[in-house]
Amino acid sequence: MALPQVAPVETPEIEEEQAADRPWVTVVWDDPVNLMSYVTWVFQKLFGYSKEKAEQLMMDVHTKGKAVVSTGARERMEMDANQLHGYGLWATVDRA
Amino acid sequence: MFRRVGGQCVATFEHDEVRVLRKVAAEVVGLLTEGMDHTDPVVSRLFPDIYPELPDDSQEFRLYTEGDLKTGKIDQAGAILAALPDEGEGEVRLDGEAAEAWLRAINDARLAMGTRLEIQADTDLGEELDDAVLEDAGSSRVFQLSVYAYLGYLQESLLNALPEIK
Repeated sequence: MALPQVAPVETPEIEEEQAADRPWVTVVWDDPVNLMSYVTWVFQKLFGYSKEKAEQLMMDVHTKGKAVVSTGARERMEMDANQLHGYGLWATVDRA
Repeated sequence: MFRRVGGQCVATFEHDEVRVLRKVAAEVVGLLTEGMDHTDPVVSRLFPDIYPELPDDSQEFRLYTEGDLKTGKIDQAGAILAALPDEGEGEVRLDGEAAEAWLRAINDARLAMGTRLEIQADTDLGEELDDAVLEDAGSSRVFQLSVYAYLGYLQESLLNALPEIK
């Protein structure tokens, strides 16, 4: 269950910059070893997601085989994936 | 198994549990320090390619990040060794930071063992263990499967003993 998205009020210049910076995602893939409760905990801990959102993402990974866990600039996504590897999750970076 | 006592996660380990946990943590440290072989499925599971379809980009990223990632994994396995008694039974008390290191280290150990044991999504651990016992109760596979199952319960108990993240 995702939280309602509120569109930020921004100037056109910033929106343009963000559009150029935003075509990347961090993807977490399902694996047979990681505990569901651990994956949920990692999403809460690393991204500050609510328990509901973290559980929904974990279930998406589990049932669909993968889920997008963060979106943003390429360097940020690389950092997210690298941190997820520190926790032992199987993460990759891709274009949105 | 861990339980919550005040602000800490506390567990009392039997002699055998201490021995197994020390062995498992030392094996992870060994794997990470003895020149990692990236064709080893355990190494590729612990250090996945960040761009599965772009090997050059993955390799370049690895060049800048793998050292720190590896150091982090060695440190978290070290947190298990540091908190356990050298031998014999004993109590372990973990604050939030140490509990997190333990969770991550137990997970690395489970990933390494699960990969070696070829655990799949539909693997029934109980059945695997029964089959292995029937084949040879004293085999290394029986031991490895038992330890793998034990680490899963231990990790779950530690997760349950953590304070709720708000």
